[in-house]
Amino acid sequence: MTDIAQPLTTADGKPLKSALLRAQSRARRRAFLLVLPLLAFILITFVFPIGQMLYKSVYNEGFTWQEDVTTGERTPIMTNLAAWFDANPPGTEPDEAAYAALAADLVVLRELKAPGQAGTRINYEISGSRSMFTKAARSAEKLEPPYKEALLELDKDWGNPDLWQAMRGASSSYTLNFYLAAIDRERNASGDIVMVPENRQVYVKLFTRTLTLSLLITFLTFVLAYPIAHLLATLPLRHSNLLMILVLLPFWTSLLVRTTSWMVLLQSQGVVNDALVGMGLLGDENRLQMMYNRTGTVIAMTHILLPFMVLPLYSVMRLINPSYVRAARSLGATSWTAFRRIYFPQTVPGIGAGALLVFILAVGYYITPALVGGADGQLISNLIAFHMQKSLNWSLAAALAALLLAGVLALYWLYDKLVGIDNLKLG
Amino acid sequence: MTTRTSNDAFVEFERVQKSYDGETLVVKDLNLTMPKGEFLTMLGPSGSGKTTCLMMLAGFETATHGEIKLDGQPINNIPPHKRGIGMVFQNYALFPHMTIAENLAFPLEVRKIGKSEREAKIKRALEMVEMGRFGGRRPAQLSGGQQQRVALARALVFEPELVLMDEPLGALDKQLREKMQFEITRLAHDLGITVVYVTHDQTEALTMSDRVAVFNDGVIQQLAPPDELYEQPANSFVAQFIGENNTLEGEVKEIRDGIAVVQLDDGELIDCKPINVSKPGERTRVSIRPERVEFNKSRLKPGAHTLKAEVLEFIYMGDIFRTRLRVAGNDEFIIKTRNAPDQVRLEPGAQIEIGWLPEDCRALDA
Repeated sequence: MTDIAQPLTTADGKPLKSALLRAQSRARRRAFLLVLPLLAFILITFVFPIGQMLYKSVYNEGFTWQEDVTTGERTPIMTNLAAWFDANPPGTEPDEAAYAALAADLVVLRELKAPGQAGTRINYEISGSRSMFTKAARSAEKLEPPYKEALLELDKDWGNPDLWQAMRGASSSYTLNFYLAAIDRERNASGDIVMVPENRQVYVKLFTRTLTLSLLITFLTFVLAYPIAHLLATLPLRHSNLLMILVLLPFWTSLLVRTTSWMVLLQSQGVVNDALVGMGLLGDENRLQMMYNRTGTVIAMTHILLPFMVLPLYSVMRLINPSYVRAARSLGATSWTAFRRIYFPQTVPGIGAGALLVFILAVGYYITPALVGGADGQLISNLIAFHMQKSLNWSLAAALAALLLAGVLALYWLYDKLVGIDNLKLG
Repeated sequence: MTTRTSNDAFVEFERVQKSYDGETLVVKDLNLTMPKGEFLTMLGPSGSGKTTCLMMLAGFETATHGEIKLDGQPINNIPPHKRGIGMVFQNYALFPHMTIAENLAFPLEVRKIGKSEREAKIKRALEMVEMGRFGGRRPAQLSGGQQQRVALARALVFEPELVLMDEPLGALDKQLREKMQFEITRLAHDLGITVVYVTHDQTEALTMSDRVAVFNDGVIQQLAPPDELYEQPANSFVAQFIGENNTLEGEVKEIRDGIAVVQLDDGELIDCKPINVSKPGERTRVSIRPERVEFNKSRLKPGAHTLKAEVLEFIYMGDIFRTRLRVAGNDEFIIKTRNAPDQVRLEPGAQIEIGWLPEDCRALDA
């Protein structure tokens, strides 16, 4: 009757596949509608802002477009200078034509009341240049050729080749210069990528410090959490519940309260120092400096992130049947061998999950280092916040954050390669 | 079979007691002697103390009082890894992060046995349980029965003289379980190892063991070979626990010529073999196996006491017939008859008379 080579059909001759699709489409539509609110929420509050931020790190129109706040009208600025940069390769000594283009653009800036905006953009890279722009724009209409002499007479810094390199970079809205700045690099007068002067090298140092401190904190939480998690997993439920509450207690306390309690404990007139001095272990004149430096950051963050290590470890250890260790013991292993070869390997997924969680939280931690870190204990996130709130160089903040994000993603990828994300057990 | 004198005792429990909380005893005054090469099963309901005994022998629990000896040496203070006892766990406890071969290598590695010798031993042990091809697999890739075999091979690979098994077949289906029962006994006999086997499955206990220790309430109720256990239960707990059993309650009227006459609670008299009753007037619980009850009068001894019975239910079970009767006010009286060509099928509602040989009817403690 039926030909085997033919695609299967339903009883009334329609293709089976399309019939199946139709039958399932209703359920699928309903499922989609159910997740739609969450999808929209994630898109609006997560994907879109992160995309915006990443975009800001490579796009800055401070030196290319002016937008009228009231009318929303957008006008290109610095067009003459951009044309000159296009025509001349990097490293060309700015000639009269270049200065003439600059002068013409300054006139436009004055008309649009935008010299501050353009100056700020250049000021990110050459400090003090904002005032040069506002000053030059004020007298732009009175400038006479030769423009080079005229501008240099206003401020001899207009001849600075670094300034011209900065303007060249800013003359295009799309730039990677913020990423260069985020890794302590810049372009010199001839357009080559070089290290910034030593006194301005901060970001690489901070990235390194963030990385090492996070690793240290991850290691410390692991050392502290492993025995606790084991105890939690092996105690009878009655006792382990109480202990679990103690582990979770910090979650119910405000982060700020926890951090400030550490300040009370650790500062030089604080509880710990007073106790040590009181017991005569420490002279009053050499009280320990445990606050407003790295030590403070490490102690407070280790405490705050500890539960994130305990919980994944606990959830993995709870599922390890005690008969494994017993079997190992009966097979002739000492308790140390049984731990090392049988118990520990089975807790690795928990260690991986906990370490990943703590490390990722630690690299982006902000409030605790800001409060207890002092100058020495600041992390990269504190600098990102500084550029967002104080210097208002959002593009640089975005570039720093994007590097941090890339680092975390790379770590995640590495973890997947080495251990496998499937093995991750978060609880 | 092995002779049992205290000289060749291989495993000994001497007045062993165990308490977890200091208030109740889980194991009460346990005395047990096992010769080398014996297959002994500890049988009992859950909470009867049998697993605790096994754990004390393995070294995972310490005896609260008394002494456990292995081959004449007290082992109370020897840690588990120095006892050299092989153990098979209920859930197999194969190390999930190691291959089968690595699992078997583990006890040899911790004993610092060289690589070539190790491999030869692993190969031999795996072939012994017919798992030779599976050395490279992980435990999760094996079926329950295969894991069971590997667990057995791992407990045997370092050639222990004593092997403990804690309900090793509990998770298998019936057919596989029967096959494994046979294989475990065969291996134990071939290798000449001593086995202590814990189970709550009485069929397993009866088919596998040289001797069975029936545990209840922390005490060994009876320690005997399977046939003795089934046919001559020492008390009413053992009679109830092993096999199917009919119980009638009554009072001893008189005991003479090795026969006790018992008056049942409804006034009828029956002949019994006195086991733990000694004098007239004692309360007793009488136990009769369903297959030893006879309703064909011609097969009964003349003058034997009989009881009136009413047939309540007839169940056809293929090889046997199972008939439920009302006897002396007991609605749960079961008789079993073989499905033979001349066998009578009793109809519900029929009034019959039943009897038995006095030695099949045991007057036990009330």
